[in-house]
Amino acid sequence: MAISGYLDILSVLSRGLYYTISILIVSAIIGYIIAFVAGFGRISRFSFIRRFTMIYVEFFRGTSLIVQLFWFYYVLPLPNFWAGTLAIGLNYGAYMSEIVRGSILAVPKGQTEASIALNMSNWQRMRLVILPQALRMMLPEFGNYLIQMVKATSLVSLIGLTDITYQAMVYRASNIPQSIEVFVILLIVYFLIALPLIALTRWLERMSSKGVARE
Amino acid sequence: MNMIREWDWSTVIDAFPLIFKAMWITLGMTIACYAFALVFGLVWTFIRRVRIKPLQRLISFIMEFIRTTPPLVQLYFIYYAWPLVPYVGVTLDPITTSILGLGIHFSTYISEIYRSGIESVDKGQWEAATALNFSTRQKWTKIILPQAIPPTIPMLGNYLIIMFKEIPLTAAVGVGGMLLTAQKYGAKFYEYMEPLTLVALFFLLLSYPSSILVQKLEQKMNRRFDKKPGGSNNGKEVTAS
Amino acid sequence: MEPIVKYEDVHKSFGDLEVLKGIDLNIAPAEKVALIGPSGSGKTTIIRLLMTLEKPTSGYIEVDGDPLWHKEVNGKLVPADEKHLREVRGKIGMVFQHFNLFPHMTILKNCTVAPINVLGMDKEEAEQRAVEMLEKVGLADKLEAYPSQLSGGQKQRVAMARALVMRPKVMLFDEVTSALDPELVGEVLEVIREIAEEGEMAMILVTHEMDFARDVADRVVFLDNGVIAEQGKPKDILENPQSERLQSFLERFRTSSSS
Repeated sequence: MAISGYLDILSVLSRGLYYTISILIVSAIIGYIIAFVAGFGRISRFSFIRRFTMIYVEFFRGTSLIVQLFWFYYVLPLPNFWAGTLAIGLNYGAYMSEIVRGSILAVPKGQTEASIALNMSNWQRMRLVILPQALRMMLPEFGNYLIQMVKATSLVSLIGLTDITYQAMVYRASNIPQSIEVFVILLIVYFLIALPLIALTRWLERMSSKGVARE
Repeated sequence: MNMIREWDWSTVIDAFPLIFKAMWITLGMTIACYAFALVFGLVWTFIRRVRIKPLQRLISFIMEFIRTTPPLVQLYFIYYAWPLVPYVGVTLDPITTSILGLGIHFSTYISEIYRSGIESVDKGQWEAATALNFSTRQKWTKIILPQAIPPTIPMLGNYLIIMFKEIPLTAAVGVGGMLLTAQKYGAKFYEYMEPLTLVALFFLLLSYPSSILVQKLEQKMNRRFDKKPGGSNNGKEVTAS
Repeated sequence: MEPIVKYEDVHKSFGDLEVLKGIDLNIAPAEKVALIGPSGSGKTTIIRLLMTLEKPTSGYIEVDGDPLWHKEVNGKLVPADEKHLREVRGKIGMVFQHFNLFPHMTILKNCTVAPINVLGMDKEEAEQRAVEMLEKVGLADKLEAYPSQLSGGQKQRVAMARALVMRPKVMLFDEVTSALDPELVGEVLEVIREIAEEGEMAMILVTHEMDFARDVADRVVFLDNGVIAEQGKPKDILENPQSERLQSFLERFRTSSSS
């Protein structure tokens, strides 16, 4: 195939890049906020909060992301941008809340005891001692989930949002002999979007091995 | 924006048998894709143990590439582009496409589990096996694998559940599981709420008890061995959309 | 008498670090040799080379008249293959610092898995022999227990039974008491002493237990910095050390072990 053919494909895909990236950013923001809210909810002092967040988490982990996406789009019905970002954000938020909860609980008990011995308030203990250590454990996992979210953004093409996968499908429909090139380039574009996130995650993994108390 | 209309039990009764029937297709696809992933994961694991640096690097790269690109696009590639590939290309039906696509995608995760299992076996076990003069084959079958496999079972179980939740993706290439059935029902009668909610409930009802089972299994495994099995992802689950 | 084990100018490096700098050592059949020396002196490496857990960088090792890391092809020595290694390795057994019992097998199974699969013994005979050895180490009542249910001292005794079942001609002991709680050391040393008294097997013991070395060993070899610095009868070596290095090593030992 001539170079111009590849350039055609790239320019078509670039039209979808705006949606792919903005869906990723908005879902990630929703996901991280939900992760902390639900993560803290799971270890709340109040049993009704614990129970409520558990139901949320189990519901979103137990049903499939793509089913949730369709439900938001066809049943509620939300505009496709918000159906996409909410489904991805709420779904990944549920998964990541387990990371938040797990990391906070994984900080050794001795750290809590030392903070009590230093007469810190509950809030001080969380802010100064527990969270800084828990965050180091969370961040690499958050990075991993961000890479997963890049892949998940492709699902929004199924509800008619014109992301890069959607654009590729449209281009392919009228250029069937170029199917191989279209999808190979599309896969490479996704890989290139994920590449900096992979590097970031590896870096976070290295950083996280420092400065956490071990039992 | 339309308002949510009222829940209609007669639609539920109407759609239920269709979705229940489609559930068996979804479950069958889960087993088929999972079995393929288990076997193909083994292939990756063994290729990566071959001590040729460039080969190891190439395989790692390919696995990383498969892992970080959307399975949806991989399905499209197999379904739409593979038939056009010179010499080896053949047209594949939706079911074969899905087994290959999701199977290969998840095999890259499964392979990591196998690897973590093998690496969790203490170096001393290899040494003791050498000291007792076992052959290479016996070392694997008698000493290493019996220890490497059990701690990975809960993780493998997790991936079975993850695979189950990923199967609706195959609707995109036309496999008639629960999601596609609900979608078609919705398009026909313009009633999406009941069938899609039913699908969600089916997923919840099947996956939630399974994940509790896997958790129980994991606790049991942790107790069974002297050491803590390495490589466990502590109940963390990943998705692969 | 022909030695059962022979080291000739054996060198071993890990990367840039040379751990063994030319070892010459002969061990007679049924001889008990204790290897002592500061940590990093290479004493563990010497026996790991013999068990084929590490490969020598250069030099020659012979076991019972056969080259270990080489084999003879048309009168020339070429590097050994796995088949040759397995033949020669059958004459050697080893007990590890960290026991390395198989956690997925019962005590009995730990002791029978190798005779059945490696020696091709039938199950009954292997079990009979395993029980005999487990009796010798005082654990015949634990046949169906798993390693995780045993104390460190018991684990180490099982490890000895497991090695004994294979009837090696040379038995290697790699700091077998150093991972044990102090109160469990005695029971393990007692078993080794009994095995030594039976006398038929050559034994190489890497140890920090000087009193034990004096009791059990026919010869004590002091390693320092990758070479054999001094060797001789236990009494001479331990009570009348010649070199300054050995004197200071023993001195340090007395002060640290009496604390």
